[in-house]
Amino acid sequence: MIPPTSNHALEVIDLKKAFGGLVVTQNVSLAIRPGERRLIIGPNGAGKTTLFNQISGDMRPNSGQIKLFGTDVTQFPPYRRAHLGLSRTYQIITLFSGDTLEHNVTLGLLGLQPSRWQMWRPLSYYRGLATEARRTLDAVGLLHLAAHPVSDIAYGEKRRVEFAMALAQKPRVLLLDEPLAGLSNTERSQVKSLIASIPRETTVVMIEHDMDTALDLAETVTLLNYGRVIVDGERDAVIADERTREVYLGA
Amino acid sequence: MKWIAAATPLAALLLLLPSFAGDFYVNLASQIFIAAIFALSLNLLVGYGGMTSLGHASYLGVAAYLSALLTSRYGLGHGPAAIITITGTTAMAACFGIIALRATGLGFLMITLALSQVLWGLAYRMSAVTNGDNGMAGLTRPMPFGISLDSPASFYWFALVVTSIAFVMMAIFVSSSFGSSLKGVRDQPRRMAALGFNPWMIRWITFIYAGFWGGVSGLLYVYYNKYIHPTSLSTTSSAEALLGVIAGGSGTLGGPVVGAALVLLLKNYASAYIERWNMLLGLVFLFIVLVLPTGIVPGFTKLMTGLRRGSR
Repeated sequence: MIPPTSNHALEVIDLKKAFGGLVVTQNVSLAIRPGERRLIIGPNGAGKTTLFNQISGDMRPNSGQIKLFGTDVTQFPPYRRAHLGLSRTYQIITLFSGDTLEHNVTLGLLGLQPSRWQMWRPLSYYRGLATEARRTLDAVGLLHLAAHPVSDIAYGEKRRVEFAMALAQKPRVLLLDEPLAGLSNTERSQVKSLIASIPRETTVVMIEHDMDTALDLAETVTLLNYGRVIVDGERDAVIADERTREVYLGA
Repeated sequence: MKWIAAATPLAALLLLLPSFAGDFYVNLASQIFIAAIFALSLNLLVGYGGMTSLGHASYLGVAAYLSALLTSRYGLGHGPAAIITITGTTAMAACFGIIALRATGLGFLMITLALSQVLWGLAYRMSAVTNGDNGMAGLTRPMPFGISLDSPASFYWFALVVTSIAFVMMAIFVSSSFGSSLKGVRDQPRRMAALGFNPWMIRWITFIYAGFWGGVSGLLYVYYNKYIHPTSLSTTSSAEALLGVIAGGSGTLGGPVVGAALVLLLKNYASAYIERWNMLLGLVFLFIVLVLPTGIVPGFTKLMTGLRRGSR
């Protein structure tokens, strides 16, 4: 499937979502260029994760459009968006806790392979997948734990597995939902350099509360509050904006 | 190759059983085989797919009734009857899957239960077709390659062959990369969808495959009993298999076999001494669930590794 080309990697057009009377996304529009590093900030309950869930397809918006490289994916289920190059991580760790790190990352790779439907060959038959999984684990510094089950490793390491699973898919658009949440200072700088090392072919959209770290990584920033875009633009312009201070930084 | 060393004596024992055991035990073993295929197929849903079904008897019962009707009423040979039976049962699983998989968890369980109740009711009430509460008697066993299956030993070997094939086929299925997809969908459906897997399709295919093997067990069931009654479509029949899967260890290959054997042994032995053998069955399951919450097979595996480590 070759999607129509577009000037934007990800476009969100006039998106609306409400749970009953509670409006969580109000007329949100975003346009993110290929290769861009976009940071989405906003106080708790601003609708950041809900926006991510709509982009990834976990939730359907009430109205509006989502486009990936020009393809309207608003009605696509999550797995079809994954095949168009969209990957995400979760704020709450969502891993296969009984399985090894290697198996977790291999599943990430398998998701995009036709062999995920293979019913008579074991997963271990596909040596290439395991090799690639170990290479990715090496890139995030967890190769020495590859054979351990996820339930055995520390929280900070689980965050990096989340990251490795998404990264292994070589996504064209990567959504990172609070990749630094709950990490120690050392782990923060590790994950920060990992994010910085993501190749430019990948567009990165990130939700993060740790402004000191996140602002270094971002080129553009979107400020959300009560489900609305308050400020949107180049990093320094957004930081300098009066409304940003009011809603977020000054608080 | 430790498992070969363990499997060889077991295979020899299974092959030679009719040469030293009496007819009662040979027949009991045949029944265990049939129940094992049934439990293994249910385990694909419950253990590997996280889809707890309380209506799996539908496939056993419908296959049994189809085969009985085709051979006795329509005078079809066993060969074509078996093909139509299995095709029909599998097609039914495909339809039921579309209905039941609109929900997960408790909703899924209730839909499978409701569907099986409909079939049970039909078997009871459509007495013009099914003979209702009287059941259908006077059925025959097939004669594959001209070999009569009427003696306990010959039927035992036939059941052994089919069960071995079923076991291997289901073992291959769950350890394939599709099996990995299935287990992933069981554990983290949302994540799997985000990774590019289609959870609904994976569940549906598994549902159909489980229906297929449920149908095979139903075919063996009606061959063995030469009789079919609506009870085999009842919730009790589904629940017994589910208990067997859970007691033996869901999500393992050995568990359903052990569980099915346990249910049949309890039924056959306990019913000779206690009239209310169902009560005993309940107590045994209560004991297992309390002492070995993950089931007999995983529980013992854990115990053995613990002992081995301790002795070192």
